[in-house]
Amino acid sequence: MSNLIEERYDVVVIGGGPAGIAAAIRATELGLKTILLENRDVLGGIPLQCVHPGFGLHYFKEDLTGTQFIHRFFERMEKIGVEYITSAHVHSIEYRDYMEKVVNVITRKGVLRIYSKTIIYTVGARERTLFEIGVVGDRPDGIYTAGEAQTMMDIYGVLPGKDVVIIGSGDVGLIMARRFALEGARVKAVIEIMPYPGGLMRNVVQCLRDFNIPLLLSHAVISIAGKKRVEKVTVVKVDEGFRPIPGTEFEIACDTVVIAAGLRPNIDLLERLSIAIDPATGGPMVNELLETSIPGIFVAGNALVINDLADYVVEQGEKAAEGAKIFIENSGIPAEEWKPVKRGRNIRLAIPHYISGERSVTILARVAKPEQRVFVEVPEVGYKTFHMAVRPAEMIRLDLSKDALSKAEKSVTIEVKPIAYRA
Amino acid sequence: MHTELELTCILCPMSCTLKVSISDAGIDVRGNQCTKGVEYAKQEVTNPVRHVMTVVRVRGGDIPTVSLITSKPVPKNCIERVMEATAYVELEAPIELGQVVIKDVCGTSLVATRRVRKAT
Repeated sequence: MSNLIEERYDVVVIGGGPAGIAAAIRATELGLKTILLENRDVLGGIPLQCVHPGFGLHYFKEDLTGTQFIHRFFERMEKIGVEYITSAHVHSIEYRDYMEKVVNVITRKGVLRIYSKTIIYTVGARERTLFEIGVVGDRPDGIYTAGEAQTMMDIYGVLPGKDVVIIGSGDVGLIMARRFALEGARVKAVIEIMPYPGGLMRNVVQCLRDFNIPLLLSHAVISIAGKKRVEKVTVVKVDEGFRPIPGTEFEIACDTVVIAAGLRPNIDLLERLSIAIDPATGGPMVNELLETSIPGIFVAGNALVINDLADYVVEQGEKAAEGAKIFIENSGIPAEEWKPVKRGRNIRLAIPHYISGERSVTILARVAKPEQRVFVEVPEVGYKTFHMAVRPAEMIRLDLSKDALSKAEKSVTIEVKPIAYRA
Repeated sequence: MHTELELTCILCPMSCTLKVSISDAGIDVRGNQCTKGVEYAKQEVTNPVRHVMTVVRVRGGDIPTVSLITSKPVPKNCIERVMEATAYVELEAPIELGQVVIKDVCGTSLVATRRVRKAT
């Protein structure tokens, strides 16, 4: 017995975290026939397991926990009646033509085949694994990613271990260091290969220094040892080229290793459509309305670029929904010409990749290395702002008006220049 | 008496570096990009406070725990007492957002930051 259900929508939103929920709310508000698909059995995504504050400062002008933040969106969803399905696994996406894409979904009620004018892809990121950071040795019990440890502790209430070494000092790693310390576990060390912390300074202060947790910069874990359970890790100092310095090896006894080595946009379903990818972000290339190289397929949140703040993720979701509306009304995004956004001095990545010069744009950029007392500039449009400090962990946000951008002829360049810089 | 120290403001992700000088004349703060930084630095050098967040078990809910946060920040040396007070608490679903779950710990209470519905 086949159980194939066919439906037609204006917008299919894939992924029910903050980006997807915000996109689905905005698209529904704009009068588009919208459906939101989530593969877990609950909506909310990662903020549902973020019990710490620091959410909503930009978007709600209030300091909320991740859980409080996402509940605000649940309430909005209910109020305006956003259609959604949970436990919905997207099997594949097909591109038929400009105005028709097909999303094949496995649901509890059967296989759902959705014909849609647009897709907003908001599936978030995946965590980097041991294999990607070159840790060798045994693979016993007691090795978790930071996200897994967070799910265990803050959804299920289970402490993953007692003596913990954390690899990587990104924000999730720092926040989990504090959660472990609060629950009475001993965090032996946080090991960071870079010469500076990966996460926000405020998290280094309130998550590590408050609990006297050592942060070892320019160090790497090279191997894990243990029979049934993790017993110890071997740590080594690294040089500027991240090569281990011979003779600096030492061991730390522990029963748990938490890998907080950063996130990568999850673009599995889009890669199969041969979408254009930016190697700097690991996510799709997009224009100012967050449309990818495939017409009518938009992307927002951590599937686009790893964001510092859920607030930015939500804004991207809303932007993508506005993009979908413009796409449907005009049978495509109207733009005379797409001008590239170029990465200048000390800029590692920038979103979006293309602008029309016909709309106001918020550019998010990340620096390659920390610097103090700098100007962030876009010379083609006369934009220049002073920053006390720029750090790789903290995105720079540039709000560029339509008027300013209309001055750009061929391209715009984002660059960071020290106060007394001469090219 | 004159002391100078450097603090990182933790009130928002800007993470301003604050230069604090303490003397008989009072506490002087520089490097803040908003006025909250001054209040933070003064609090931090006299009586540092923090919010505490944790989870406690819930019976019969759609998820097995509820997340909590202190309704106001507590002195740093109270963090352990708050954690002890929540360690063995077990609650019954449903729990509403903002519901006061534990009262009178270190001059504050703990409120729910997640809604837990009855399991269906």
